[in-house]
Amino acid sequence: MSKNKPLVEMIDIHKWFGRVYALQGVDFTVNHAEVVGLVGDNGAGKSTLMKILSGLYPPDKGEIYFDGKKVKFSSPKDAMNLGIETIYQDIAIAPLMNITRNVFMGRELERKIGPISFLDLRRMERESLNALRNLGLEIEDMKMPVENLSGGQRQGVVIARAMYFKSKLLILDEPTNNLSVKESLRVLEFIRELKNQNISSVFITHNLHHVYPVADKIVVLSHGKKVGEFRKEETSIEHITHLITLG
Amino acid sequence: MTLNARKLTIALLQRKEISITIISLITISFFYSLQPKFLSPANVDVLLKITPELGIPALGVTLLMIAGEFDLSVGSVFAFTSLFTTLLLEMGVNPWLSVLLALGACSLIGLSHGLITVKTGIPSFITTLGGLLVWRGVALVITGGLPKFFAMPTEFTNIMAGKITTFLHAQMLWFFGIAIIFLLILERHKFGNWIYSTGGKKDAARAMGINTDKVKIICFILSSFTAGLGGIIQSARLNQALPNQGEGLEFDAIAAAVIGGTSLFGGAGTIIGTIIGEYLSRIIENGLIIIRAPSYYFRLYIGIVVIIAVIINLYIQRRAIRIRG
Ligand SMILES: Nc1ncnc2c1ncn2[C@@H]1O[C@H](COP(=O)(O)OP(=O)(O)OP(=O)(O)O)[C@@H](O)[C@H]1O
Ligand SMILES: [Mg+2]
Repeated sequence: MSKNKPLVEMIDIHKWFGRVYALQGVDFTVNHAEVVGLVGDNGAGKSTLMKILSGLYPPDKGEIYFDGKKVKFSSPKDAMNLGIETIYQDIAIAPLMNITRNVFMGRELERKIGPISFLDLRRMERESLNALRNLGLEIEDMKMPVENLSGGQRQGVVIARAMYFKSKLLILDEPTNNLSVKESLRVLEFIRELKNQNISSVFITHNLHHVYPVADKIVVLSHGKKVGEFRKEETSIEHITHLITLG
Repeated sequence: MTLNARKLTIALLQRKEISITIISLITISFFYSLQPKFLSPANVDVLLKITPELGIPALGVTLLMIAGEFDLSVGSVFAFTSLFTTLLLEMGVNPWLSVLLALGACSLIGLSHGLITVKTGIPSFITTLGGLLVWRGVALVITGGLPKFFAMPTEFTNIMAGKITTFLHAQMLWFFGIAIIFLLILERHKFGNWIYSTGGKKDAARAMGINTDKVKIICFILSSFTAGLGGIIQSARLNQALPNQGEGLEFDAIAAAVIGGTSLFGGAGTIIGTIIGEYLSRIIENGLIIIRAPSYYFRLYIGIVVIIAVIINLYIQRRAIRIRG
């Protein structure tokens, strides 16, 4: 890992969905310990760009470099193995499952009894509890179905999961959607905490008042093209709003 | 009630198995009060003997339902597997091998249901409804619609459905053996976590790297396999393979699972719940016979119990959420 190279470089990414030209040659960079705000109108291509970065779709054209190395993902698992974790719009958890089982979904801790591997539920519970505490989330009962948590707490569980698995990049697709003001502020706190722990993040949202305070850099997409990329100091909410609405 | 006592009550009731056990006990007392013969050793023994062959398919159906899919074909696969065995027997195949081949064939049926559902995106309700018609049809073609002698060696029928002592039959060991394996898979193995995630939120599971298609296909196979095994056990008990055996089993199995707390939408359910749900169904069926109610009452009562169970589950869930707040 070299500190001067960017963490992620996506170069000239194109994506078609049938006749919809969703991404038309987008360059996108994330540096180490950087919070990137990704904004743009509905259908601009934000989610598609991030789904490509998380291995859910292959790009039709374009290259991706991670930590300076060229990568090709054939599934989300490939991206996850490199440390790219994604929180999609409200789909990152199974509400009826308990907290522990959600935290370790797909990456269960195991313990051998004879020739068979069983879940190491005790360790899983302890580790989830610690992960939530590290994030400042005070929930004691790890057996509680996630359904019983508030929206902000749920996002907390997912973010704690990303931290626990030592992700290098966390993609958050509208994590503050449907959250109250207070809960949204909490999620913003979580994102700041990620940066403190040297984890970069991409934060997609329609709410510029959410992204502006936490982002280091803001990227604007419009109709599948990048129409702006600014360090936060160089721009203002009014300026970005103007860009989004005019394209 | 103090808040703590209420929380405890809710926590207890939230174990859906407990509310359904209470309903079972009430049902038992009801039938007993009308007809004491209901709890006679002979009748209890009958109940214990016939429940496993119908309960085993319900276990497979439970896994599949937790993974978010339905299997309407289990009744037909139940019959098909037994009849296919007799067909092989008639062709002179070794009896033990015949059963293995038949169970292999029914697993392939499950595989085909799974592949069609997952690869085409057709709802499993439809693909397995097709299965229900096709495999019953094949079973009828095999037999020409007539019962067949299930000509297996006595050692085999003893292993599948022999009497061990009073109140203990070989089929109960199969039932509980498979139940324990499935329970361990669900609660103590990562594959169980994958099943719950796949049914609870497929997109999340996928995003976490779980191959949800594979999980579903395996559950389809298990559902068909347990259906076939149930059919073999019934045939071993009756020494016959019947073209109409297992008719209506698809709904009985779903009913047992749902009564036991399995969600119709996937993502939730337990093996213990299904076992209790299965026994409750059989108790109602048997009780109605004992009190000499016309046989068609069975479906009516099961229907009512299913609806009550679903309502109780929803109510408990809402209460639990409200208490938290
Ligand atoms: N799986 C898909 N199949 C077909 N078209 C798609 C698919 N996913 C996205 N699109 C199309 O690609 C374009 C970009 O969609 P995308 O979801 O990336 O937008 P977005 O910027 O995330 O929008 P929003 O803010 O509404 O979430 C849209 O025109 C959308 O309809
Ligand atoms: Mg989007």
